[in-house]
Amino acid sequence: MTLTIPALRARSAKRRRRRPLIVSLAVAFLILVAAMGLLAPVLAPHSPDATSLLNSLLPPGAEGHWLGTDSTGRDVLSRIMYGARLSLLAPLGVVLLSGLLGTAIGLLAARAGGWADAVLSRGMDIVFAFPSMLLAMLVVAVFGPGLTAPICALAVSYTPFVGRVVRSVAIQEGTRPYMESYRVMGFGELWVTLRHLLPNVVPVLVAQSTLAFGYALVDLAALSYLGLGVRPPDADWGSMISQARSAILQGEPWSGLLPGLVVLLTVVSVNVLGEHIGGSIGRKQSEGA
Amino acid sequence: MKRTLADRNRKRTFAGWIGKRALGGVLTVLLASILIYGALRLAPGDPVLAMTGGRRLTPDQVEALRHRYGLDQGFMQGYLAWIGDALRLDFGTSMNYQTSVTSLITNRLGVSGVLILYSAVLAIVFGFAVALASAVKGGLVNRVAGIVAAVTTATPTFVSAIGLLALFSVGLGWFPATGAGTGLADRLWHLTLPAVAMAIVAFGVLARVGNAAFAEELRREHVEVARSRGVSTAAVIRRHVVRNALAPILTIIGLLFASLFVGTAVVETAFGLDGVGSLLVSSVSRRDFPVVQGIALIAVLLFVVVNTLVDLAMPFIDPRVTVGGPGR
Repeated sequence: MTLTIPALRARSAKRRRRRPLIVSLAVAFLILVAAMGLLAPVLAPHSPDATSLLNSLLPPGAEGHWLGTDSTGRDVLSRIMYGARLSLLAPLGVVLLSGLLGTAIGLLAARAGGWADAVLSRGMDIVFAFPSMLLAMLVVAVFGPGLTAPICALAVSYTPFVGRVVRSVAIQEGTRPYMESYRVMGFGELWVTLRHLLPNVVPVLVAQSTLAFGYALVDLAALSYLGLGVRPPDADWGSMISQARSAILQGEPWSGLLPGLVVLLTVVSVNVLGEHIGGSIGRKQSEGA
Repeated sequence: MKRTLADRNRKRTFAGWIGKRALGGVLTVLLASILIYGALRLAPGDPVLAMTGGRRLTPDQVEALRHRYGLDQGFMQGYLAWIGDALRLDFGTSMNYQTSVTSLITNRLGVSGVLILYSAVLAIVFGFAVALASAVKGGLVNRVAGIVAAVTTATPTFVSAIGLLALFSVGLGWFPATGAGTGLADRLWHLTLPAVAMAIVAFGVLARVGNAAFAEELRREHVEVARSRGVSTAAVIRRHVVRNALAPILTIIGLLFASLFVGTAVVETAFGLDGVGSLLVSSVSRRDFPVVQGIALIAVLLFVVVNTLVDLAMPFIDPRVTVGGPGR
């Protein structure tokens, strides 16, 4: 008994507390990064491709180059801003595709049940067993470097991550009285599923997709780092880090460390946000129960 | 009478469960192998041209290649020939090195194997220690450990690799920046930074999952009871907390294996190591299909075997895991 009381108190305190500071910071950072990407042509102090061998490998804080320059004298801040576009858009594509696929498969499996559910669930297990980066590398081997093929490969790879959760929530929701009453009222199965069940799946979908965005960002940046992702002259954060390799070995690591730090902070922010969304769904559900 | 029947039933379901698990693993590897083989057939244009990457070949050479990879046969025939060879550990000849894929891989297995084991030990030892310490101590220790685990979980391996490289090898000169070293001690010294870089994500995940598992066990009533009866804290933790929390931790370790394998690709490239991971990366960019297929197949096989073994070990580690129960 004494064990449960502090737990209860902690929970009600958490419920009363509004959004934690760390979540606000994470959201602010993500908005900042997205704005940098969107407004890169306006905000960037230099052209991201303007080389200047006289100004190569300047440290952060140098005159005219806040974050310094890389080995060919390109402005690191401008390149991080322009790099944000591909670095964020590509994982967004993965998340949209895998969200669509996962929702469709999850809903179908949950509503159809029986052998269709068995086949779809087993299929998702099998896809889940195939490491996502390995699949991405395989399609790069087939289609050559570039981002389109890896985006599709990762979308397929992350589909079970979304689909499994959508399926289990849809099964739970399917047993609720409101579903039965709509059916009794004579609405079709498809209508009820899309109009009334889908909205109840959206919260978990958003939570899973947010986490998947972070994973996809890391995977795609890693591919670019390995030289298998974006092709020059396009650049993302991963390829910036890759190009800084010789500079790092020369003892001038900033042009690699700074984009690395941006990747790290972005992923931490995405994870904090995703876990916050997931956690608040959990709380809401336990309130409703 | 009733009991013996129940016993027999349980025995039967256990054998059936093992069979089902093994079958699931075999099915996964089978489908993955079809996908890996099919990838070559999927390549836009002539697969042989894709494989040779535009190198000029005589029609005879092209024909020989088509025959070598079974491209002059139907899909199933070609697949069966390929998987038959693969089962005998023959993955064909590398387009780039002109040597057997098997020898290319085995020559590099030493570096990658040590790297994976080294990083797994680091991640497990430190992850376990941090998880246990933070769950038991609670308070500030727990919060700091939580932040450290959240950040390390989110740190991409290539970021940790260049960070460690810049700080500890170029900056401070404590560790070499490239090469794998010779002899055991020298090799471990060379592979320390790469192994740490690879271990960082796995450490973070283990610390988080372990902490949650330990904390849940610590809250249980039998732990409270054991303590109130005067059992020492160490014994309580060893007997009741760690033992009961082992199952979810082991599951995560199995899953982390895949991330460690992918980590070798990044880390070996970053530190200029000649291992299976860097071989995979260079073969992918050169479209050296036999090598890519061989490594991909071995990786999937290892991953599935490890995770199936973890699943099969579950009922022995934690008898509460009901065989064939709804936990799937």
